[in-house]
Amino acid sequence: MAIKTNKAIKISQKHLLGIQDLSINDVNLILDEAHDFIKVNQSKNKKIDALRGKTQINLFFEPSTRTQSSFELAGKRLGADVMSMNISNSAIKKGETLIDTAMTLNAMHPDIIVIRHQDSGACNLLSQKVNCAVLNAGDGRREHPTQALLDALTIINRKKKIEGLRIAICGDILHSRVARSNIYLLNMLGAEVNIIAPTNLMPKEIEKFGVNTFTDMKKGLKDCDIVMMLRLQNERMTSSYLSSNREYYEYYGLTPDKLEHAKADALIMHPGPMNRGIEIDTNLADDINKSVIKEQVELGVAVRMACLKIFCT
Amino acid sequence: MKKQYFINANIIDPHNSINETGGLIISEEGKIEAVGKKVNTNNLPTREKPIDLKGKYIFPGLVDMRVFVGEPGYEYKENFRTLSNAALAGGVTSVVTMPNTDPIIDNVSIVDFLKRRGRDKSRINIFPCASLTKNIEGSNMTEFGLLQSKGIIAFTDGIKTIQNPRLMSRIMNSAKDIGCLIMQHAEDYELAKNGMINSGIIASKLGLSGIPEIAERILIERDLTLLEKVKCRYHISQLSSQKSIEVIKHRKEIVKFTSGVSINNLSLNENDIGDFRTFLKLSPPLRREEDRIALVEGLKDGLIDVIVSDHKPEDEESKRLTFSQAATGASGIETLLSLSLELYHNGSLKLETLIKALTSNPAKILKIDKGNLSIGNDADFCVVDISKPWIVKKEKLVSKSKNTSIEDKKLQGKVTNTFVKGKELFKL
Repeated sequence: MAIKTNKAIKISQKHLLGIQDLSINDVNLILDEAHDFIKVNQSKNKKIDALRGKTQINLFFEPSTRTQSSFELAGKRLGADVMSMNISNSAIKKGETLIDTAMTLNAMHPDIIVIRHQDSGACNLLSQKVNCAVLNAGDGRREHPTQALLDALTIINRKKKIEGLRIAICGDILHSRVARSNIYLLNMLGAEVNIIAPTNLMPKEIEKFGVNTFTDMKKGLKDCDIVMMLRLQNERMTSSYLSSNREYYEYYGLTPDKLEHAKADALIMHPGPMNRGIEIDTNLADDINKSVIKEQVELGVAVRMACLKIFCT
Repeated sequence: MKKQYFINANIIDPHNSINETGGLIISEEGKIEAVGKKVNTNNLPTREKPIDLKGKYIFPGLVDMRVFVGEPGYEYKENFRTLSNAALAGGVTSVVTMPNTDPIIDNVSIVDFLKRRGRDKSRINIFPCASLTKNIEGSNMTEFGLLQSKGIIAFTDGIKTIQNPRLMSRIMNSAKDIGCLIMQHAEDYELAKNGMINSGIIASKLGLSGIPEIAERILIERDLTLLEKVKCRYHISQLSSQKSIEVIKHRKEIVKFTSGVSINNLSLNENDIGDFRTFLKLSPPLRREEDRIALVEGLKDGLIDVIVSDHKPEDEESKRLTFSQAATGASGIETLLSLSLELYHNGSLKLETLIKALTSNPAKILKIDKGNLSIGNDADFCVVDISKPWIVKKEKLVSKSKNTSIEDKKLQGKVTNTFVKGKELFKL
């Protein structure tokens, strides 16, 4: 482990709303804890009782496979009672507001609420209205902190460090909460971050986040240690951002020839779900020598266990 | 009504170029009988007991050109009675109401209702606007002539913009024929689509879609180009950016038009939105500090004519939502003057410039005999202790809706008394 720190440090925040709110000590605390959980998850008996007697509510307003199941599994492995709300059958469909839902759930005394919502800032609003800890599992296009933390853990696991690495984040940056959280976190941990996207998918004044921006993928990938691809979020695109997926693949899809520009031992990452043949070549995605996409999913459970444990106790 | 005498006041009446220490006499009919330095203890009848204002200020009653009232349709947000109480607490005695009600103010029969309600329930002067287009749909013009003859002061789609340039040019033609005032909320819909706050680093950080300043500028450019051909009475409701000011400065040399700015854009910037404060979701959005400074300079240089409150009452339920779901707008009529005074206290603007933008300038644009202390005119005025410190607390606001953009702000200067037609209708 690259960053072992004093375990006695306590987390500075009550909620995990975004990487922006965390200090470097907070991040190290979570990553160290997560690192310990990797082994637990690989052992025969995966259940511990760190959160026995605690109640965890998963509140997912947007469809999710990996994040929701990852949080659910993480809670169960820690011994918590986990309830996943099915939004399509809930009162929200009957017009209940987020705050009223929050008040209702709050009355049931949960210890932690995990929320994913299509609106940026939804978790901030929720956190103001409930007594328990709130964990952000993705809000609009603002932040997805546990994804960034699991990405960092994956990188540390493979490269033994983050400081000094050159990391490219490529694709639909505009609509991506993963990109924003990763920019904050990787910057904090001392990486050099290159952002690669067509101008139409680049957030305004993104360079003020302390990143290098590129519209030419080959230039942006030059000498990179990590290539992080993002999903093209077609469902969030309300008007013409791109001419076609075909052209996008041509210019911004990760292909073997473009990858040549990165370092020879560069790793490929993707938060999933992937659009094969649009942002990434299907063989590259499955290349066990280069792609760590499955490892990201595996370590995701460990990171979420760490977050649940730290914010719940 | 008994005659009333006020002495030892600092009187500012930009319309009559009065800026002096003196007094005010109100006739038995509630009219201004005398005003200025010649009204003092030496020349008052000895049997009368004048009210000594001890250096407080007298301003003409404020004229607020952009106010939303919930009546009809949204009475739970604000009605004429609550609006006038809020206005009086802020020294505002005349308001121009926006047509964005339910139903929309777009035909003659609803104007009759509105005038009746305004007369019966309101204690201030109500000047209603009608919409430019039927049901503010941006496709068919309303009856400017008939509506104006029923007492409509100006035409605007309020929170909406005329997008179609051909329709806009036809509206301008009709407005010219009839001689009515049209007011545009300048925003290109396509450029502002889904936008919630100023486009830039704050929007990128919060993960919210932005409204670029160019959405405003491009519409102003379009309208002012059309105006070169058709010289009608045209007013830009609210400016929000430095670039818009540059356009205005350039165009003022070519065509005649007027413009306004919201006190919110003059006093706050995008950083104030902080952690998704929905009370600061405004239209036009709060922009950069450079933009705010440019707007203040614009007022100083006379490029911007009026300051408005853009008073938009919204109930708690419409604001206790995620930022993208929350309603747009802030309640602000009662803090309009106090917040404006901040620009005087911090040395940004002269007191006279501020009062002009709040009284005589809007009256001139609207062609109404308000916002002045002319002899024989209705005695509409406010008495202000301009150095009195106070803190804005939403629960203390008079307005029915408490969505103030400046909760907990420390202000200096408060209205202590407001008079309409010589009657004291507000006293602190």
